[in-house]
Amino acid sequence: MTSTTHQHTASDLFAQALRYEHRANPYPYYEQLLRQPVIRMDDGTWLASGHREISLLLRDPRISADRLPPQHQRPIRKSLLVEDPPRHDQLRRLVTQQFVPRVMGMRDHIDALVTGLLDAHTSERAGQLDVVGDLAYPLPVTVICELLGVPREDESLFGSLARRLTRGLDPIDTQTEDEIRELQQARGELVEYLEGLIARHDATGGDDLLSGLMHSQEPDGPMDPVDLRVTLGLLLIAGHETTVNLIANGTLALLRHPDALARLRTDPDLATPLVEEVLRYDPPVQMSGRSTLADIDIAGTTIPKGSRVRLLLAAGNRDPQRFADPDRFVPDRPDNAHLGFGGGIHYCIGATLARAEAQIALTALARRLESPRLIADPPPYRENAILRGPERLPVSFTRLVPGAGEA
Amino acid sequence: MNGPERIVVVGASLAGLRAAEALRDEGFDGELTLIGDEPYAPYDRPPLSKAVLSGWLPTDHTALPRARNIDARWLLGTPASGVDLRERRVALADGREVPYDRLLIATGTRARPWPRQQGGALHGVQVLRSRDDADRLRAALAAGPDRVLVIGAGFTGGEVASVCRDLDLDVTVTQRGSAPLLSALGGVIGSAVTGWYRDAGVDLRLGTTVQALEGEAGRLRRAALSDGTVVEAEVAVVAAGALANTEWLTGSGLAADARGVVCDDACRALADDGTPVADVYVAGDVARWPHPLYPGQLLRLDHWDNAVAQARTAAHNMIHGSREPRAHRALPAFWSNQFGVNLKCVGLPSLADRVVVTQGSLDERRFVAAYGQRGRLVAAVAVDSPRVLDGYAALIEAGAPFPPVLHASDGPDRLDALDAAFPRPAAGRSSTPSTPSVLSIPSAPSVLAGHE
Repeated sequence: MTSTTHQHTASDLFAQALRYEHRANPYPYYEQLLRQPVIRMDDGTWLASGHREISLLLRDPRISADRLPPQHQRPIRKSLLVEDPPRHDQLRRLVTQQFVPRVMGMRDHIDALVTGLLDAHTSERAGQLDVVGDLAYPLPVTVICELLGVPREDESLFGSLARRLTRGLDPIDTQTEDEIRELQQARGELVEYLEGLIARHDATGGDDLLSGLMHSQEPDGPMDPVDLRVTLGLLLIAGHETTVNLIANGTLALLRHPDALARLRTDPDLATPLVEEVLRYDPPVQMSGRSTLADIDIAGTTIPKGSRVRLLLAAGNRDPQRFADPDRFVPDRPDNAHLGFGGGIHYCIGATLARAEAQIALTALARRLESPRLIADPPPYRENAILRGPERLPVSFTRLVPGAGEA
Repeated sequence: MNGPERIVVVGASLAGLRAAEALRDEGFDGELTLIGDEPYAPYDRPPLSKAVLSGWLPTDHTALPRARNIDARWLLGTPASGVDLRERRVALADGREVPYDRLLIATGTRARPWPRQQGGALHGVQVLRSRDDADRLRAALAAGPDRVLVIGAGFTGGEVASVCRDLDLDVTVTQRGSAPLLSALGGVIGSAVTGWYRDAGVDLRLGTTVQALEGEAGRLRRAALSDGTVVEAEVAVVAAGALANTEWLTGSGLAADARGVVCDDACRALADDGTPVADVYVAGDVARWPHPLYPGQLLRLDHWDNAVAQARTAAHNMIHGSREPRAHRALPAFWSNQFGVNLKCVGLPSLADRVVVTQGSLDERRFVAAYGQRGRLVAAVAVDSPRVLDGYAALIEAGAPFPPVLHASDGPDRLDALDAAFPRPAAGRSSTPSTPSVLSIPSAPSVLAGHE
């Protein structure tokens, strides 16, 4: 705390961290919150910011992924993101069986997509690129649509829905009434869209993930239409709204650390640890939520049964108890057990895909952009506090060299 | 820094390699020597009874990944034959002597062999511990024997039997106790495991021992069992526990026997009078030490995770132990893959008196079971639910009560704890930690939490 006259409470600090004017850099607030790794907020919810404490809570059998405390949970069909075992496990197994084999062996395809997206801007002269609009957004969106079997032409319709819906993940008191009303409407449109998509798929069949889920012969399958719709919505939104931030945040880190950028240009193997460091240093998903099924003693306090708990993943990633020099971007940081993909049974199902996309995209940017420079630092950010990232990332360059074999 | 100039590591497997890497990480820049009895660079053993045996992974692909360059002198293919603590020298079987300033003993264990006079020398009678064992056994299985006999239904026995069934080989497993994995996981979980064996089509003989292995022209033909039957088999895999590789320490003055080498929780070797021996450390499967979480006994673990963690602790203490000693208190943890399930365990189930299924169900073969000793949580086993186990590990380390209050979403409405049904009293196991702590440590009761 910089001021000795004003003692900030955890609730104040958290509210500050969420304010839009601090979107580009909420980390100083996280740093202050870290002084108490687990703390009760004024509204009775709990906030965990310590790396160890978040790691424990993510793996604790006394934790529910439903953000609503058990006494307030509603009997609606939940996605596997907020569902608990045993239903969570059944849904997750089905998705994993369909998702993982399809993701294996995709690197060449991702590479070709990245090459194509950048080729569109190849230039012998100085120019500009919006890394979000021209690469970080279209890449994962194309991949997830192909994987799932969503027609690419539906993307514009779907993309705007995804964007409106993810805003709904943010704490309710940061949203305006208009936003909440719009969210309800977007939910309805999404249901309608997905039901139509499923109906069309049922008629035509195919070998995409959606068809796989519909016709799974595995012990847990096939998925019924409601689970199918909920799961599909989750995967589509996750595919739209997370990897974009990973690639954009990674680009931002590289442009702010020219030494790392120069190393990546000559050493593509650096991409692997570097993307892990981006996931630690500036994670695309800043926080997650849980509720407690029993009293949990942790960090010298007791979170009572039935409490709502926020897990501030991005703060845990900067915990000095776990990471040496946590505010430094170290592209080859050893022993980097970051919380960027969460942990425990809800560990990001798309982690492998996201890693591949980010590694390939960042390597291509490093290799092909000559003298890249941030046009605005910080760049303009999106409203979203949880799925946080730049709205646009305009970058100038002196030359954008051709891809594939010519560099 | 006035540190050691020469460090010798005896044992060039997982613990030895990871200790050597950690020594360099800790800043040791002197002469580092690794001594190993096998001719191979350090390799990973868990795949031997799984991917290697099934023919999926060749043994020359089992080399352990190197975390860093250790700049060491390797003396491989030559076992150590003795140590002179006063002169600080390790003797090798080929007559060479290697002087040290600090010594790490990491010679591990070996499979307990079948007695020669009962057929142990017959062709076709095998153990599974080393690369060469795995190559031999894989070749024997690939030849398509009519039946394989597995002696012992511990972890290794179960993994071998499981691979045999995957290869569509008939297999008979004998088990002295009333269930597979009985000494490791107790009778409640053991009887669930019985179902895995039976459903896989294994001929499982419980409460049965092998009286003799019989051959013709030097080759195994059949086994006479204690139930009066005879099993025709061309291959027998002896999976009957492990012996510590400590013969080379006989007469050295160290507290070492077939159960292991005794050390303290800082990994310092103890002399047979119970006092620490200067500059000699122990890590890995061969170590027996007092774990702070399980007072009143000495632990010896045949666990991959323990070998790595203990190697790191030993390496730290070898370099910085006088200023900032570290205790080795990693929670025991191991895993096994057999009969299509992944089994993972934290803590020490064999200490427990009670067990309760806290998540999932035994019938679904997807569950977590918690083990309690006198009202305290001491272990948990997860079957096809590995990701939840860290949560239990934290509860065990925190000394949480048993049965644990979880209200897990996939748990039963009421936790009905059962007798864990471990065979008692068993030689060498302490079920009553009321043992006076004045016991000199080398003779304290011991717990073996091996893979048998």
